[in-house]
Amino acid sequence: MNTIATETIAVGARQTGAEGQFDSSSGAKKIGDVILDVQNISLRFGGVKALTDISFNVREHEIRSIIGPNGAGKSSMLNCINGVYTPQEGSITFRGQTFSHMNSRQVAEMGVARTFQNLALFKGMSVIDNIMTGRNLKIRSNLLLQALRLGPAEREEVRHREFVEHIIDFLEIQAHRKTPVGQLPYGLQKRVDLGRALAMEPQVLLLDEPMAGMNVEEKQDMSRFILDVNDEFGTTIVLIEHDMGVVMDISDRVVVLDYGKKIGDGTPDEVRGNEDVIRAYLGTSH
Amino acid sequence: MGFFLETLFGGLMTGMLYALVALGFVLIFKASGVFNFAQGAMVLFAALAMARFAEWLPHWLGFESKLLANLLAFALAAVVMYAVAWLIERLVLRHLVNQEGATLLMATLGITYFLDGLGQTLFGSASYQINIGMPKDPMFLFENTFQGGVLVSQEDLIAALIAAALVTGLTLFFQKTKTGRALRAVADDHQAAQSVGIPLNRIWVIVWTVAGGVALVAGMIWGSKLGVQFSLATVALRALPVVILGGLTSVPGAIIGGLIIGVGEKLSEVYLGPFVGGGIEIWFAYVLALVFLLFRPQGLFGEKIIDRV
Amino acid sequence: MFYRENGQFKTSYQADQQIFPIAQDRWAVLLLVGLAFVAVPLLASEYLFLSVLIPFLIMAMAAIGVNILVGYCGQISLGSGAFMAVGAYAAYNMYARIPDMQMLVAVLTGGAFAALVGIVFGIPSLRVRGLYLAVATLAAQFVCDWAFLRISWFTNHSTSGSVSVSNLHVLGLPVDTPAQKYLFCLSLLVVFGLLAKNLVRSAVGREWMAIRDMDVAAAVIGIRPMYAKLSAFAVSSFIVGVAGALWGFVNLGSWEPAAFSVDRSFQLLFMVIIGGLGSILGSILGAAFIIVLPIVLNLLLPWLGSLFGLEVSIAAVEHTQVMIFGALIVWFLIVEPHGLAKLWSVGKQKLRIWPFPH
Repeated sequence: MNTIATETIAVGARQTGAEGQFDSSSGAKKIGDVILDVQNISLRFGGVKALTDISFNVREHEIRSIIGPNGAGKSSMLNCINGVYTPQEGSITFRGQTFSHMNSRQVAEMGVARTFQNLALFKGMSVIDNIMTGRNLKIRSNLLLQALRLGPAEREEVRHREFVEHIIDFLEIQAHRKTPVGQLPYGLQKRVDLGRALAMEPQVLLLDEPMAGMNVEEKQDMSRFILDVNDEFGTTIVLIEHDMGVVMDISDRVVVLDYGKKIGDGTPDEVRGNEDVIRAYLGTSH
Repeated sequence: MGFFLETLFGGLMTGMLYALVALGFVLIFKASGVFNFAQGAMVLFAALAMARFAEWLPHWLGFESKLLANLLAFALAAVVMYAVAWLIERLVLRHLVNQEGATLLMATLGITYFLDGLGQTLFGSASYQINIGMPKDPMFLFENTFQGGVLVSQEDLIAALIAAALVTGLTLFFQKTKTGRALRAVADDHQAAQSVGIPLNRIWVIVWTVAGGVALVAGMIWGSKLGVQFSLATVALRALPVVILGGLTSVPGAIIGGLIIGVGEKLSEVYLGPFVGGGIEIWFAYVLALVFLLFRPQGLFGEKIIDRV
Repeated sequence: MFYRENGQFKTSYQADQQIFPIAQDRWAVLLLVGLAFVAVPLLASEYLFLSVLIPFLIMAMAAIGVNILVGYCGQISLGSGAFMAVGAYAAYNMYARIPDMQMLVAVLTGGAFAALVGIVFGIPSLRVRGLYLAVATLAAQFVCDWAFLRISWFTNHSTSGSVSVSNLHVLGLPVDTPAQKYLFCLSLLVVFGLLAKNLVRSAVGREWMAIRDMDVAAAVIGIRPMYAKLSAFAVSSFIVGVAGALWGFVNLGSWEPAAFSVDRSFQLLFMVIIGGLGSILGSILGAAFIIVLPIVLNLLLPWLGSLFGLEVSIAAVEHTQVMIFGALIVWFLIVEPHGLAKLWSVGKQKLRIWPFPH
């Protein structure tokens, strides 16, 4: 297994991260209060129970991972937070406001962005255009101004273009900015997906298996990006990931799901030693 | 009251004719997930073929019997429709396997135009007759209950019976035979069907041939009633609301939808028409379909459409 | 290639984002437009104006409108004929009923009414898509067909069912001779083409394309599907409505509802498919293709037939034309879904590296 290899990679990445959130005296990250609180969420599709009574919280500036075997309901959980699915029971509190179901646009406006497991890129558009769509909420000029493309509209477009170019530099995809995303290799498409989410300047970033299908080098790059985002911008990150080495190394806290139920919650070390978690992964019959 | 019943029957008969065309739509959609806009053109093409063959065959083969001419023409037209089905699968469908619905719809739109032009080039563009010996005299029903009786066209009645027989046959085919099951599997998921060994291409040819056969029957009946003109091609546009109402995947839905629209059109034209200047038939079917679209897109009997995230 | 495109580096994002970033392209287009304005009126015959150029210009504008809805926003529409009709009849009513009404104002108002109708018939797009949306737009088509046929107020209670306009002026200048009509339509096409191009390359255009490509993901980014779809319907119908008004006023002079029937809707859809979905240039190319093809066939086929000793009747030419359209639609959808516009850019790419194959 490449646990050791990825451990080294992730640690190395952390060491090259910027000062940002690191408290230089103790070397510990400044993790804030609870920013997202999921309470008793239950989600059903007809007879299938995707999530049963899930509760956990996420603190500001931390990296919180959600792990579990396939089909445990991890993506469904993110979909509930995002407003794509509406849970039958439970509520979600974001920055003090409680909702029984989230509206996608509202969630986006509140500063929550996400990437998708199966890539939800706009295949017909170039990389730049895809990432620019992430700026959509911030663009103020109306239809008429855009049609005429006079002073204010043009300047605004250029301003947002500058911001997007920073993201492109950060993700090192400059060479591909005009390419239609459908033509890019999978690893690069994943980066564009991340770039689009970053363009929203989110406070909370939901990452749904950002390293799926990547080789060791690509995972190294992606880990570095995630850590840099967390360090430089202080973005809270909720991460679904299967690679245990990466998860245990970069996460501050971990939630473990299995068959729609929560079976573990705590720091990586706590979770690593949890009997239920070990059983779930080794596959004892339920 | 008698007049109301007459209008009602008239509407039911027209509805049955719509239903026949709608049946072709449903068959192809059920089996391949393709909405075949060209069904109307296929009806026209089949009707033209039959009409012309019935005329030409006696000359080519040198016999007199009308009945023989009609039978041979029917058979020949069926062969032609099979060829059309095979060509469509080979040249068009095979290359568009994984495209989305809108692309396939537009492709069948192209096929419509092509068949339209081809039919008129091969068979001529004048108005032709199909004479299959349908009784043209009307008959009077319920003469004891209503004064003078209720006027019903015998031709329409026979057409309705033929349609009913066709529908029953098709429903049995889908539910009870192995091929029918294969067709339903293909409609559900192309790749899964392929992976259990169902030969996709052959299935499609079968489906389009069956649809072609239905088109032939529909064309025969319409053509016998109205004469074969190219307004028959706009028949597709009349039948489209029927499948929305009945549900794109439901054979009985096509019939019931057809009847509802046929009756609705006639009744609204007769009773509401005078208030709005007439011509309600132009839009009635479509506005009814629109209402269904907004509140119940799957129609009366169709399967619920689920969009996976 | 005819000219070297390298070495034109941009130092500002504004320069990078222009419609024609390569200088030679800019010059070529300006030259083309200049020729269109100056040389063509001097050289073209009346037949060319009336049968080819004016219909082409108006249809190109309508095709741009339809492409915005179908190509950029991915909402299939078979009701474009109806929106043209609304534009034409609304403009007519403004022009005929209000004294001293300027034609340009009437035409633009016609577009505004068409936009309103477009928004109303675009509401189903919030619930359904694909075939079902096509049916909804067909409902619009047939309701409008009926309204302009049977509700006599729309035709100013004309006994014949058709309406006509005359004595057209724009800003005091007469729009009477074919050359003047041509220049008027050309000016409007250039203006609307520019506005459309600006829209599709800005935030609104990206919203439309996002909805087309994946509307669930679009919602998660914060794009409102309702606003995006209805704005597409509104802008598209506005342009199509203006084109409809022009078609009636300038091209036909007098018209009946049949001029905007469902066949017109299909014709526009074909222009957009053949020209290229999601391309302003494609709309123009598609319109040119569809307007010019029948004329070419009318000349070509009888000549071809005479080579083989066959007499080719007018009906036969028409049937062949219909067959060729159908075959082309299918061919383009299979081989090059992005139509003539894509073929053009692929051709340019090949020319760039010619004589090397890649």
